[in-house]
Amino acid sequence: MPAPNSYLQTLEAESIHILREAAANFRKPVILYSIGKDSSVLLHLALKAFFPAKPPFALLHVDTMWKFHEMIAFRDRRMSELGLELLVHVNRDGVSRGIGPISHGGTVHTDVMKTEGLKQALDLHGFDAAIGGARRDEETSRAKERIFSFRNAAHRWDPRHQRPELWRLYNGRIHAGESIRVFPLSNWTEIDVWTYIQQEDIPVVPLYFAAERLVVERNGMLIKVDDDRLPLRPGEVPQPRLVRFRTLGCYPLTGAIESQAANLSEIIAELEGAHTSERQGRAIDHDQGGSMELKKREGYF
Amino acid sequence: MAPPPSGPGAKDMLRLITCGSVDNGKSTLIGRLLFDARQVPGDHLEALARDSRRYGTVGEEPDLALLVDGLQAEREQGITIDVAYRFFSTPRRRFIVADTPGHAQYTRNMVTGASTADLAIVIVDARTGLLTQTLRHSTIVSLMGVRHVVLAVNKMDLVDYSEQRFTEIAAAYSLLAKRLDFAAVTNIPTSALRGDNVIAPGTAMPWYRGPTLLDHLESVEVDRGGTQPFRLAVQWVNRSGADFRGYAGTVLGGSICAGDEIVAQPSGAASRIARIVTQDGDLAEAGAGQAVTLTLADAVDVARGDVFASPDRPPHVADQFACHLVWMHDAPMLPGRPYLLQLGTATMTATVTELKHRIDVETGVHEATKQLALNEIGFANIALDRSAPFDSYDENRDTGGFILIDRTTNATVGAGMIRFPLRRASNLPWQAFAVDKAARARIKHQRPCVLWFTGLSGSGKSTIADGVEKRLLALGRHTYSLDGDNVRHGLNRDLGFTDADRVENVRRVIEVARLFSEAGLIVLVSVISPFRSERRLARERIAEGEFVEVFVDTPFDECERRDPKGLYRRAREGKIANFTGIDSPYESPESPDIHVRTTEMSLESEIEAIMTALRDRGIIG
Repeated sequence: MPAPNSYLQTLEAESIHILREAAANFRKPVILYSIGKDSSVLLHLALKAFFPAKPPFALLHVDTMWKFHEMIAFRDRRMSELGLELLVHVNRDGVSRGIGPISHGGTVHTDVMKTEGLKQALDLHGFDAAIGGARRDEETSRAKERIFSFRNAAHRWDPRHQRPELWRLYNGRIHAGESIRVFPLSNWTEIDVWTYIQQEDIPVVPLYFAAERLVVERNGMLIKVDDDRLPLRPGEVPQPRLVRFRTLGCYPLTGAIESQAANLSEIIAELEGAHTSERQGRAIDHDQGGSMELKKREGYF
Repeated sequence: MAPPPSGPGAKDMLRLITCGSVDNGKSTLIGRLLFDARQVPGDHLEALARDSRRYGTVGEEPDLALLVDGLQAEREQGITIDVAYRFFSTPRRRFIVADTPGHAQYTRNMVTGASTADLAIVIVDARTGLLTQTLRHSTIVSLMGVRHVVLAVNKMDLVDYSEQRFTEIAAAYSLLAKRLDFAAVTNIPTSALRGDNVIAPGTAMPWYRGPTLLDHLESVEVDRGGTQPFRLAVQWVNRSGADFRGYAGTVLGGSICAGDEIVAQPSGAASRIARIVTQDGDLAEAGAGQAVTLTLADAVDVARGDVFASPDRPPHVADQFACHLVWMHDAPMLPGRPYLLQLGTATMTATVTELKHRIDVETGVHEATKQLALNEIGFANIALDRSAPFDSYDENRDTGGFILIDRTTNATVGAGMIRFPLRRASNLPWQAFAVDKAARARIKHQRPCVLWFTGLSGSGKSTIADGVEKRLLALGRHTYSLDGDNVRHGLNRDLGFTDADRVENVRRVIEVARLFSEAGLIVLVSVISPFRSERRLARERIAEGEFVEVFVDTPFDECERRDPKGLYRRAREGKIANFTGIDSPYESPESPDIHVRTTEMSLESEIEAIMTALRDRGIIG
């Protein structure tokens, strides 16, 4: 255990402070639970912030219908262990139009099933604050994201006109229909997240740990054959490879990395020597320079 | 006893801000720190090589500045627009770097970045030496309470690594820094482009024997608030089950032990800490920066916004204070206009009662001013709508720093640093009189009220008010009429038509109307009062149920056509500046109590509509 006032304790305390501000400032705040490691840390911090009471937040998962099966199994198991109720939202309009990453490509699929799905769910339940696990170190446009980040009634982000954010003071004032995205993990890095998961013994989806998995190599990405919806191209034969995932999303859009890191210490050691960034395996980030900024302005998390 | 300081193996955190402009190589210096500390992943390097070809400014070399300039607009313009936060880590420390732009028009971004910084790196170009912007950057970091400064004399490669040049600049800076309240200034000669003295010493400057930039950042000791008196602002009252009542918050200064006496401000209620609750088990002690939940030994009434403090060193509790204010919005700060003020976890209404001066941050000169524009810094007195606990900003940034929020747009418009409390209001207690408003009204057999007529110039406010007053007089009511034009001949003859003067004009009219209503009169106020904020202030200053807003709604074109005083014509000719509707805005009421659409009604029916509304409210029988 690190001594008091270590950087992890500082980060933890800051996140708890932010979560409490979110609870106090909003009528109907929701945690966006996306099942990944950042969401696991976020949920853990929310439990700590309001102990011994339960966190005063709703929990929402926007399901794109293409998540890894192990993610969904993990999600359902965690919720029942913790005795928490999870709202699951699917963009039914997208489903009825048959939208998917293979038929329509990653950009359309993500836009319809994830971004549109999220906006639908926020509007449907009237959430005025959406708390997410995004971090500033993930990508350059996220480095400028506020901790309390204003969204207009159409869920749009205006990076050029953000509210200045000083000290520990977060301005959560909004008019009806507007909302705030809250990012308690803004100042964490990928390695902080893993170090904290190890320190606090937080359960995560097993896909993060190296194991032999059936994958195909496509456009330089290792795609796990997670079910029979992935059509194999001529000559493609799924091969067992020792791989793990650094981030988790829709399985046809999320590349695995070759790795032998089968436990938390090995993951941390691997990251300390890592020479690629976390989101490198995400197909949707690479359309064009600044593509994350464009998506975020539209309402992507 | 404070919690033990971080020892070996317990990596701590240092927050810093970099000040300088692209011309000084600021982004390159941060890029170099990240690059040499091997914090740049390979795929980011590939993107860097690609972006360098597209936007780069250093020829074939990778442009390290592009690692830090994030938004597309910034890359295209080659400047840093916003505050970006960067992280890097060494075996000894974890760093958060606030990267902010250096130009004067981005002062607010720099203030934002400095608000949480332990240390500032002030970057100067070795060729040009200290510039006016160096003074501006240093003044701002000093004002924001940053006590540790590194002067990075950069681009040493372009002055042949001259020791003499470095010494000259360092000496000049030390002269300047004397006026600013820094605990320590460390001078380091660097070349961010070549990497000298950023992480490794390099071979070009054997005459320099001091630490490299990173050495210094890793070893500098900064104050963590452990020696301050105990403070905790209550964020959230935690109720769990029937008998648990805890107060959740972050320790904002000092430390607290179970069993310690505390005082809750502003109420002054005293109690003792029963438990320090966390999910990992109760703590015996909690120190600055820790997020905890406290339970008290006694049942005292405590809510979000209250501050727990050590009883022997409590915060000030007052409703007025003097402060430095940084203005952060395009719409200027106007004395007299109410804003929301967020301090700790409390939110209240505040007005600037007096703007003492504006500070020219490039010369340090104090200038007289009536308002603060975007990026201007001033010294002001502020009055709150109630007493609140606070410390001076020098003693505690978290209990002495506040933000101001516009009540209409909800934008964060200003930030302030409290310097000292003002006791004048508390030295002037209200004198209680036996004859009160109710008694004065009773003898007149009426209920007092304020009828507030708002609308464009020439909309017909005074004409309608005059008609209503005649009817009231005929009913035997005691009235008084305050006309916007007439008060400008006397009480307000020192005021013009700028936004600042309009706010003050309306504020005085509100106070006079309030006094007349206290006298038991029905007051008719006809004043353009173009801003929602001031009309809302009027509603708040006048007793509940006694304020009636009448929107005299005449379209602009119709007012201009009527032009009873020839003012529109003169404004169009450019002979009157700041004319409402032409070059000064009118913010229409969103939900007036009475809405008079003059193009659809006759004067008689307008007057009748108002009389009916007064009858409905029980003001007349």
